[in-house]
Amino acid sequence: MKDKNISDQLQNSVEQAIQTKTKLIIKAGGSKDFYGRTAIGKELNISEHQGIISYEPSELFITVRAGTLLKDIESVLAENNQMLAFEPPAFGDKATIGGTIACNLSGPRRAYSGAARDFVLGTKIINGQAEVLSFGGEVMKNVAGYDVSRLITGAMGTLGVLLEVSLKVVPKPETEITLVHQLNIDEALLKMHQWSTQSIPITASCYHQNQLTIRLSGTEKYINTLQHLIGGEVLTDADSFWHSVKEQSHHFFDSKKPLWRLSVASNSEITSQNDDTFYEWGGALRWIKTNTSQNETPHPLNGHISLFRSPTKINDTFQPLPKHLLQIHRNLKQAFDPHGIFNIGRMYQQF
Amino acid sequence: MSQNSAEHDFPVVDLQQLVKQLSSILADDSILYQEEDIRPYECDGLSAYQQLPLVVALPDTIEQVQKILQLCNKINLPVVARGAGTGLSGGALPYEKGLLLSLGKFNKVIEINQQLQTATVQPGVRNLAISEAVSHLGLYYAPDPSSQIACSIGGNVAENSGGVHSLKYGLTVHNIQQLKIVTIDGELITLGGTGLDSPGYDLLALMTGSEGMLGIIVEVTVKLLPKPKYVQTLLAAFDDVVNAGQAVANIISAGIIPAGLEMMDKLAIQAAEDFVHAGYPLDAEAILICELDGIEDEVTEQVAAIHTILKQSSAIEVRIAKDEQERIVFWKGRKNAFPAVGRLSPDYYCMDGTIPRKRLPQVLQAMEDLSKTYNLAVANVFHAGDGNLHPLILYDASKGQLEKAEELGGKILELCIEVGGTITGEHGVGMEKLNQMCVQFKAAELSQFHALKAAFDPKGLLNPGKAIPTLHRCAELGAMHVHDGKLPHPELERF
Repeated sequence: MKDKNISDQLQNSVEQAIQTKTKLIIKAGGSKDFYGRTAIGKELNISEHQGIISYEPSELFITVRAGTLLKDIESVLAENNQMLAFEPPAFGDKATIGGTIACNLSGPRRAYSGAARDFVLGTKIINGQAEVLSFGGEVMKNVAGYDVSRLITGAMGTLGVLLEVSLKVVPKPETEITLVHQLNIDEALLKMHQWSTQSIPITASCYHQNQLTIRLSGTEKYINTLQHLIGGEVLTDADSFWHSVKEQSHHFFDSKKPLWRLSVASNSEITSQNDDTFYEWGGALRWIKTNTSQNETPHPLNGHISLFRSPTKINDTFQPLPKHLLQIHRNLKQAFDPHGIFNIGRMYQQF
Repeated sequence: MSQNSAEHDFPVVDLQQLVKQLSSILADDSILYQEEDIRPYECDGLSAYQQLPLVVALPDTIEQVQKILQLCNKINLPVVARGAGTGLSGGALPYEKGLLLSLGKFNKVIEINQQLQTATVQPGVRNLAISEAVSHLGLYYAPDPSSQIACSIGGNVAENSGGVHSLKYGLTVHNIQQLKIVTIDGELITLGGTGLDSPGYDLLALMTGSEGMLGIIVEVTVKLLPKPKYVQTLLAAFDDVVNAGQAVANIISAGIIPAGLEMMDKLAIQAAEDFVHAGYPLDAEAILICELDGIEDEVTEQVAAIHTILKQSSAIEVRIAKDEQERIVFWKGRKNAFPAVGRLSPDYYCMDGTIPRKRLPQVLQAMEDLSKTYNLAVANVFHAGDGNLHPLILYDASKGQLEKAEELGGKILELCIEVGGTITGEHGVGMEKLNQMCVQFKAAELSQFHALKAAFDPKGLLNPGKAIPTLHRCAELGAMHVHDGKLPHPELERF
């Protein structure tokens, strides 16, 4: 892993962009280029800005530069038997922690442990006035000032250039086991709701083509007990299975059809065909392959829809915001990026 | 204690006319303005700060809140929201020329969804009342601030409250799913949603801990958890606080995240023991209370592992609660630590800094030195698992020691910043820690906070003068605080 600090250089680039009224596209590994809209402007590459600034296993946090590769961070944590609890998808070898946090993408563990934003303790950013600012910190509890770090998480680079991020890390579970049940979707959702009220330590779940697959984590003895209680067939190659779900290399995702992401209440009505739907997060995340356009795809009542992947870029990928919420977004954009230079149009056309 | 005054200039509003305008929105008995009626609202849990508002409004519908805010926005009247008034940083301290918006009547549980494990409640519902309302379903709401009997969920969201179990279960921000807020222009907006995420910026997180500065919370949907089936508690005594601190690190390093991990120092132990007779070892310099919850097999295994770790970390005594009764006794002293310390001294001042755990010995030593310098005793109660300190400064206001106590408190918070921590872990900045905010943040960061606020509240009508100090204040303060010959905020003009 490289250890290089290019903050000054990045700050200069932002200063220049302000002076020359140039819009910037913040980029590192480019592994999430497919996601969201296409921004306009000149590329500002942060890939070189790498390295672990501090990592204290017993304090349960790690502070890294935004260009650090996700896989490098994961392997350093693994050496200390720790991990990122939100199990972030990488979507490529070049994925960086900066892009991961900017997109707030979280994997199978999300429904049970929390999203990327839940583990962000602090950030250092360059705002739209080329100022280097720090928010939050490296401690678990911190309510001094507004929670800018969580606001930045998932803002897709529209509010500033992420320089550093401090994340809470967690111990790896002692044992994991993956069990498969053959059920129809109604039975599967019911089962998952039942288990979730019983303190069963589920850490991943998915459903596709009449197969409910769940992962349990805990101490060895406990997991053995649970296995008998819950039943189901043990999946032997579980790690690679969950990797394929997380990275969307599972055969379901191998399709030329646009892939829609529905984030809904887990007990929401089933609206799509079995073969074209992949369920995660106990039913709260639903992937749908369909050729229908967004206008024809009904917006879910109990959640929201986005176009996650599409063979052709379309205008709006995220569900439009209600009028007043959109105005607050524009005001916040103005507050952080008054010259309008960062990732314009990357998230929504209006900012 | 002085207000953050003269930093805002709002027009003087005629009280009679204001009452008349409010009468078209609220019933007469929901508008208070006579001194004897508004006196109960003059302070929150930080009673050293007191201020009467111009008027108190007690709405009971969202529409009324919307209309009140529209009115305030129109006539430029500052608004301070208040829940149960248990906050410890003066966040709900009224504004002299403003309206105090009490949400106490919003006390209903709206919906419990067993399948989704959520409860939708009004902001004035008490924290513990949520757990009580869902107890029959085997569920509970995890964040448990010490004031949970009295504090309201709206205030918990405004402060991002924690509690003794936040190490494992997180803070308020990790345990809520949706908020409805009314903006200063009277619009009702929904943040978050029924799914696990929502489109756009994470305004749900931004609103959490924003101390009433961005909008008025009128509905909260919280996540519920199944009640743990089995709970076990250990109590360990140490003859050296350094060993106690090391034990905490050793437990975490072993890959165990306890539900709670609390530390008390000698003075706090003695005070608690005198008060509740919990049977704490009085010869100890520090005790740790460690709680594990989950399934019996797993908890039993972890208790055995932690027992070994505590012994290896030079604990002079380790007790495991043999039954629920003993477990309650272990906690009794900790949960009553504040009132217990209160018995030792006419007044006490509770601080709320967070530090990296490994700095604990250094910080405790420095606090002891400060305590001697100021000649005021300091008892320490500490959420050891997540590094959140609650030093209790003992003083006597009748002997004019308040100012000295405040100054000592300020020094302790600056110490927390110095070692890489923060001035507030869970109580908020409010009115109390404005000066320390000048130390923790640079001028550009404070300016960014002000710009962020203006995105929601361009006229600065919501809770003016709280949470984020003006640059003017920091510049003036800088003249008093010179560290190593370096002025903080050298870029600012001095006044």
